[in-house]
Amino acid sequence: MIAVLVLKDGTTLQGIGFGAETTSVGEVVFNTSMMGYQEALTDPSYGGQMLVLSYPLIGNYGINKFENESSKIQPSGFIVRELSPNECHKDSISSVDKFLKDGGVPGIYGIDTRFLVQHIRDKGVMPAILATSTREIDPKSLLKKLEFDYSAIDFVSKVSTKNPLIFGKGGKKKIALIDYGVKMGIVRELVARGAQVHVLPYSASAKDIKEIAPDGIFLSNGPGDPAILTDAHKMIREIAGYKPIMGICLGHQLLAHAFGGNTFKMKFGHRGSNHAVLDLESQKISITTQNHGFAVDKVPDGFVVTKINLNDKTVEGMQNKSKQIISVQYHPEASPGPHDSRHLFDEFMKMI
Amino acid sequence: MSSQKTKSAKNLPKKVLVIGSGPIVIGQSAEFDYSGTQACRALREEGVLVVLVNSNPATIQTDSETADKVYIEPLTWEVLEKIIEREKPDAILATVGGQTGLNLASELEHKGILKKYGVKFIGTNGKAIELAESRLEFNKLMEKIGIPILPGKIVKDFNSAKNFAESSSSGYPVIIRPSFTLGGTGGGTAHNEEELRQIMELALRMSATKEALVEKSVIGWGEFEYEVLRDSNGSAIIICNMENIDPMGVHTGESIVVAPSQTLSDIDHQKLRSAALKIVDAIGIVGSCNVQFSMNQDSGEFSVIEVNPRLSRSSALASKATGYPIARVATKIALGYTLSEIENSITGTSAAFEPALDYVVVKIPRWPFDKFPKSSRIIGTQMKSTGEVMAIGRTFGEALNKALRSLEIKVPKSINPDDHLYPPTDLRIFAILEAFRSGRTVAEINKATKINPWFLARLKETTDFEKILAKENLGKEMLLKAKRLGMSDKWIAFLKNQENKNEALTELKIRGLRKSFGIIPTYKIVDSCAGEFVAKTPYFYSTYEFENEAKPLPGKKVVIVGSGPIRIGQGIEFDYCCSHAAFALREMGISSIMINNNPETVSTDFDSSSRLYFEPLTFEDVMNIIENEQISGDFEGVIVQLGGQTSISLAEPLANAGAKILGTSIDGIDIAEDRERFRALANKLGIPQPKNDVAMSESEALVAAAMIDYPVVVRPSYVIAGRAMEIVYNDEELRRYIHEAVEVSEKRPVLIDKYLDNAIECEVDAIYDGKTLFIGGIMEHIEPAGVHSGDANIVLPAMRLSEKDKKTIEDYTQKLSKSLGIIGCVNIQFVVKDTIVYILEVNPRGSRTVPFLSKAIGVPLAKLATKVMLGEKFGEKLALPTQGAGEGQQKSTHFAVKSIVFPFLKLMGTDIALGPEMRSTGETMGIGKSFEMAYYKALLAAGIKVRNQENKGAAFISLRDEDKKYAPKMAQLLQKLGFSIFGTLGTVGSVQSAIAISKIGKGHPDVIELIESGTVTLVINTPTKGGRANTDGFKMRRASIQMNIPCITNISTAFELLKALDELKTQKLDVRCFDEYG
Repeated sequence: MIAVLVLKDGTTLQGIGFGAETTSVGEVVFNTSMMGYQEALTDPSYGGQMLVLSYPLIGNYGINKFENESSKIQPSGFIVRELSPNECHKDSISSVDKFLKDGGVPGIYGIDTRFLVQHIRDKGVMPAILATSTREIDPKSLLKKLEFDYSAIDFVSKVSTKNPLIFGKGGKKKIALIDYGVKMGIVRELVARGAQVHVLPYSASAKDIKEIAPDGIFLSNGPGDPAILTDAHKMIREIAGYKPIMGICLGHQLLAHAFGGNTFKMKFGHRGSNHAVLDLESQKISITTQNHGFAVDKVPDGFVVTKINLNDKTVEGMQNKSKQIISVQYHPEASPGPHDSRHLFDEFMKMI
Repeated sequence: MSSQKTKSAKNLPKKVLVIGSGPIVIGQSAEFDYSGTQACRALREEGVLVVLVNSNPATIQTDSETADKVYIEPLTWEVLEKIIEREKPDAILATVGGQTGLNLASELEHKGILKKYGVKFIGTNGKAIELAESRLEFNKLMEKIGIPILPGKIVKDFNSAKNFAESSSSGYPVIIRPSFTLGGTGGGTAHNEEELRQIMELALRMSATKEALVEKSVIGWGEFEYEVLRDSNGSAIIICNMENIDPMGVHTGESIVVAPSQTLSDIDHQKLRSAALKIVDAIGIVGSCNVQFSMNQDSGEFSVIEVNPRLSRSSALASKATGYPIARVATKIALGYTLSEIENSITGTSAAFEPALDYVVVKIPRWPFDKFPKSSRIIGTQMKSTGEVMAIGRTFGEALNKALRSLEIKVPKSINPDDHLYPPTDLRIFAILEAFRSGRTVAEINKATKINPWFLARLKETTDFEKILAKENLGKEMLLKAKRLGMSDKWIAFLKNQENKNEALTELKIRGLRKSFGIIPTYKIVDSCAGEFVAKTPYFYSTYEFENEAKPLPGKKVVIVGSGPIRIGQGIEFDYCCSHAAFALREMGISSIMINNNPETVSTDFDSSSRLYFEPLTFEDVMNIIENEQISGDFEGVIVQLGGQTSISLAEPLANAGAKILGTSIDGIDIAEDRERFRALANKLGIPQPKNDVAMSESEALVAAAMIDYPVVVRPSYVIAGRAMEIVYNDEELRRYIHEAVEVSEKRPVLIDKYLDNAIECEVDAIYDGKTLFIGGIMEHIEPAGVHSGDANIVLPAMRLSEKDKKTIEDYTQKLSKSLGIIGCVNIQFVVKDTIVYILEVNPRGSRTVPFLSKAIGVPLAKLATKVMLGEKFGEKLALPTQGAGEGQQKSTHFAVKSIVFPFLKLMGTDIALGPEMRSTGETMGIGKSFEMAYYKALLAAGIKVRNQENKGAAFISLRDEDKKYAPKMAQLLQKLGFSIFGTLGTVGSVQSAIAISKIGKGHPDVIELIESGTVTLVINTPTKGGRANTDGFKMRRASIQMNIPCITNISTAFELLKALDELKTQKLDVRCFDEYG
């Protein structure tokens, strides 16, 4: 199968196709993690995006039944340098090729992914179209078909649960988790700490939450521009102060918007599992998993910055003591990535 | 390297003592020059005064530019105490000098010396080192923090080891690991009681603490390593994780290693990563640490194997693999900076991040079995390799194949896989490829080797593709696929020719075809961040893709061809020279472009040159780079003189392909290396050569030898360090040699020279600019001619040569340099017998003595040579140094001696008697006001420590017939030194007060018993001929190696040693900073 990837600026790369035979569009983003491709493929934060992995050898350990972060493949396309023809791992139940085929998502390999990563780094993230076919593909006609505006689309409504779900039944503490595209890793960490997690749709109102009578509220990660989710901003303002709140990633950005702060779209975001975050109080650093294209540039009144990114000094954590709110831009649940920050879940459990 | 940007003012030490790692030995190679040099620079950037001690002159670390005070002195605690007393440092950095540095620092602490002089540890302290290094303490700590360890027991005797091995928690096989040793020395795997007894005996003797760990064997589990940096504030990061392709049972230094790991899922990886951080935290590491794990990949169960609380071979590899300057950052941490305060000089971002790779790195060890044909090739828990190569690619196959060709070894034409799969040998990787070629399956090989099937499948991919390539038409796509799998043009030509005997494809034809398709390599940057940030590093590797990031450098530039892996005959000395070439170019304002594949060295540090290409040193790979750089800018040429035989042998093919070679012309090189042409030149110049001839066949050789008269030296033409060179005494030996040596060199005749008995050998290193000659010095060998120059103890200035001899040597050097058209370095070896100076050979390149000589006379020879190669002239732009041979050396007020170290302890079955084959791995330097002092220091630095406490020592002497006449004199000297004397009847029969001992096994006690009981502390044995493994002499020499007592095998070495010891009875060993010697 052949595959052609065409970027909005006309850059065209031809490679070998895998996964589903189809055509799809999305915003091309890159991730620098060397492992954890399965978690990335199922991370709802990648909704509407095409994922390039900078690490060239993908698929070596196959797909297993433990590392799915949601029930389906989230990115609209998968771009790698080399796809392992075989998998060697005791837990492997499928190849990446089959996983993508079953999920209806196209993939391309055999292209210069380092070039692509640097292109995006220099030019910024941009839409692209990826076609895979057993017949010929005309790159020019592909570019014409490319109509896509990432920021205009409400991905959250697409990836959020339709109905409330409960995990960790019988847990001592009750947590209402608002699902903007939650990674199962977050749910797993909370359940592991004795929480009964009520996963609610993104549209849940303050009233819906209070009906559950939770001990704490959790605002999940998710895809898209936080600025356009005005209903969520409103809900958060209403519920704040009711019970302790923790936000991760999109949840953290929504907290900023809810109280008069602001976010900006980064040139190419932070996606990987090697960024150091400095805790301003302990002056210790943690290596974190990151997956975001927007960041908080205006911290709302009443909030203090608790953590920053060492490289570009962007806000990585905020706190509002009086309202009992903590939030982080990165992913303490990891999956994939370092487990250095999982203690944050302990801190939240202590708060509630 | 950009300057350090730090936030807070620290309470920095004023003066730090840095301990180097001494001579290159198996298990401790050039990596510590690399990390030590980086550490010294990092300290000086902060304004800290650095006092450096190292006995190895062939190091950048011991250059006066690297440290404020350089001591080239033996690495013993006694010497260090003297230095501490003189220098009064307030701190010691113990973690950059390998196991040697660490052990010495521990010794200094235990003896209370650090406390006495108020010296404190910076970085990981003595307590943490103890926790990490003592098996008992470490195991206790692991149990406390809940990290699994393998069932094992610390033992101090054989019976406890046996009890453990037979207990229910273990069973045979068991692994024995002595505490506090280097490269697993003395350790091994015991499959039964007998093996256990043997290994335990050695292990306990080797361990500094006389204890060993006996551990359940998990042969076949996966082996993984994590390189950790932790600061004093408790923040820690993983620089790199690595996977050993050879599973447990093979020392990591002996394994093929890939970075990052390939077969771990994120869950597996994070489990090990978190464990590594927890361990390092519990130990209290402040700086760098290496953590090794084993993992059963069928169950997910894992255990920690060991940690190295210091910079290590693995950390050097991790540095080069990721582009992250581990030694530099570890040193800043030692000074008290936190990770968040240190800048990553590559990206300008914070040093606190974990490098992301967008390529694959493969490291392969380089073994010395070509030099030790009688040693067992089986590899295991003890290191035998001398060096390593690293290659980078975008696929595993590409990296692996590049690494394989970087090894520069000749793979036997036919390999029977079953001889190498298990137990593994150095040839296992080739055996696996061969097995796949002959139709075996991944499952079969996995069963035999336990190597993860993922790697095996990749290897099979290569051999499967070989078959397709051989048969199908060589079109653009086919060729591109081959290149992306890392296949060389030469290999492609070979495969096609093998398939179709009518084809006569050459490497050059494939190259032409490839270029006609537009298939040329693209170069990618090693940037530590997978392209996420704009990198400033000029560090590249090749691959076949879309974008070429190595835009040709602007302005004047020169390519330096490096020397590849450290091997016997071509060691760190050449890397030293290449690094100096880069430094000289920097001084001249010319960009230096380094090509090398050795991850351990200074030359491959990203800031040694203007641009580094981490590539194999073959014609194809080097020429590709030259062509890339020739696209624009002012390409001045290629330096091939300084990378040893590796680079000089590329001169001709590169020149033929149109590259400009700097310095001596190709024709000059050829005359020097071609025996016939050289003989003609020597005749023309009237320079005597020992009688010699060339033979193309056995019968020709026999005739030639008869004409020349035995004994003769025989060797193949074009050799590195006397490979397969031998002295033969009769027809029978000559015949045997011819049969064994044919394999050594393809289509090259055998050379036969008269062997001059009992002659003085000497050599010069000189630089010629086409008009003016500078001779650095005439170095005299202490051993007579016949011992390889690389294995000889060397003294400067020469002591036994007459003024007339010296003048003749200078005259010959001048004539030869002129006639050969030398521009740059030349090394000439002479032998003087009965006042006649004979020429042995001319090496038209920098030699292994260049660093030693540069240090001895205080003139940077390699730098001068580089400038000369670029057209500078002595007496014009370049000042002619005054310290050279002739008047310069008459003024010298000190002696310098170069001594050597051998790998005999690690290579069983090897005789230690010296001959014309080079076998040493490293060198030391001793400097003193008298020859005796310098010689004693050099030997002490090489580990020859004559113990004669309270005059209770005994010497055993056994001399060959020619030397027997010296026995009385030797006995007299020994007695004067307080030794009691034993010897063989033949040697000491006529010596009063000596006790004659019966032959081995013919009575009690025999010599072996005397050695093993510890009675004998010095053996002097001059063997008749090397190579016979069953003689008494051989057994005696091996026994002394096992007991770690000096065994001197050469009569000259022995006398000079005894004289030095005598001298030292009245003269105290004094230490001096290098600059204090005039």
